Amino acid sequence: MSTSDIHGDRRTKVVVTGVGATTPVGGTAPSTWSALLAGTSGVRTLEGEWAIDLPVTFAATVAVEPSEVLDRVEARKLDRTAQFAMVAAREAWADAGLTDVELDPERLGVSIATGIGGALTLLNTWDLMREKGARRVSPHTIPMLMPNCAAANVGIEFKARAGVHTPVAACASGAESMAQGLEMIRSGAADVVIVGGTEACIHPLPLAAFAAMMALSRRNDEPSRASRPWDKGRDGFVMGEGAAVLIIESYEHAKARGARMYAEVAGAGVTSDGSDSLVQPDPTGAGASRAMTAALVDAGATPADVVHVNAHATSTPQGDIAEALAIRTTLGDSIDNVCVTSTKSMTGHLLGAAGAIESIAVVLAIHERRVPPTINLDDPDDEVNLDIVTGSPRPLRDGPIVALNNSFGFGGHNVALAFRSI
Amino acid sequence: MAQSEQEILSGLAEIVNEITGVAAADVQSDKSFTDDLDIDSLSMVEVVVAAEEKFGVKIPDDEVKNLRTVGDAVSFIAKAGA
Repeated sequence: MSTSDIHGDRRTKVVVTGVGATTPVGGTAPSTWSALLAGTSGVRTLEGEWAIDLPVTFAATVAVEPSEVLDRVEARKLDRTAQFAMVAAREAWADAGLTDVELDPERLGVSIATGIGGALTLLNTWDLMREKGARRVSPHTIPMLMPNCAAANVGIEFKARAGVHTPVAACASGAESMAQGLEMIRSGAADVVIVGGTEACIHPLPLAAFAAMMALSRRNDEPSRASRPWDKGRDGFVMGEGAAVLIIESYEHAKARGARMYAEVAGAGVTSDGSDSLVQPDPTGAGASRAMTAALVDAGATPADVVHVNAHATSTPQGDIAEALAIRTTLGDSIDNVCVTSTKSMTGHLLGAAGAIESIAVVLAIHERRVPPTINLDDPDDEVNLDIVTGSPRPLRDGPIVALNNSFGFGGHNVALAFRSI
Repeated sequence: MAQSEQEILSGLAEIVNEITGVAAADVQSDKSFTDDLDIDSLSMVEVVVAAEEKFGVKIPDDEVKNLRTVGDAVSFIAKAGA
């Protein structure tokens, strides 16, 4: 008898049937996953004169440029966020075995999140306009810079008519898209939803802006060692770009077409800090803890079912500690059976796409029963009392298991997602 | 600088190919931009602006609707640049 049977689950069961990604450590989901298991860093010094005088001269740029994969004419009408999303979405669709499958378009939805949307189009077009005048502003500019460009283009590609959404919650966006997709299926609005997140804002302005907030690591001489969640030497996060997309559908729909199921999207917990600061995490981790608890309740699970947490842990001095406390608070004594990891140590922080790529990492960890390591953890902070996976991947036990994916964003947004083995 | 209609045609074919992917060889004088070459209105604006830059001419927005075929555009550019 599985955990969901015990709770007499009256709601539709939702499962993940396809994954796709383009990230700093791989141009596909499988290559990204292999790189994560191997402890590979995707952080590199930025090429180009524009980066030289910045306070931070490195970031996690994608491993494979979209221009290597997309048709040129298509790509020139897409902002980089939409380019990433299209690459990842097409891969996820094929991975779900949906190529040449006729879905009912009115039962197909999209929720692809972003933190800032088409910022590169906006900034680059402004440069062009100042140099060459208004006449040279492309008629495609607006559809390219609008934050919903990625979701909308994916919606058109796959003819999704049950609703196309772009949740925005800063660094929690990519997880909120999963929460939204889950609700779309449970509420009966859709049978299949393409969920995910995308971000592409590696450019002098966002780099300078995050640096001005003292949020970014300044380890310019050793970029691949800069993202070091929970390590005493951490000094801020590393900006990343990329996209991750998952196909989620109702269990019944997946079963009827014989789809391979990676894991169940068991529950989501979404809370907000409502505290004093827009950007400082609540040091008690209260909002984060409530989100994790809510996700478990929504999943019909208890802390005893949890074996793994993919932490938000961005490598900031305060954030990593606050979350560690929240994880302990939520899981109580069950913490002894839980291993934690931060894949941001390798991918950097993909902002609006982080929650999505980390959902893929959790789904594959459950499916393959192994958790990728956290790299650069040379000297763990004394205030962190968690079993963090380092070195080689950690095996997960047999039997039904639940894992959590945490994502927290500027603005006090907390999203915890609970996934369960099938 | 005056250019021959042939030079304008091949320059325009390059622009259309760059912006829409339509093969340069398909951009012939008798072809309609919308009906034969399947170029949508937003891309047409891009083609016009690129042509202005390439040939050093001005193509007013209200003139664009009169440029139905490739040949219409070539003649207009040739006259405007003369």
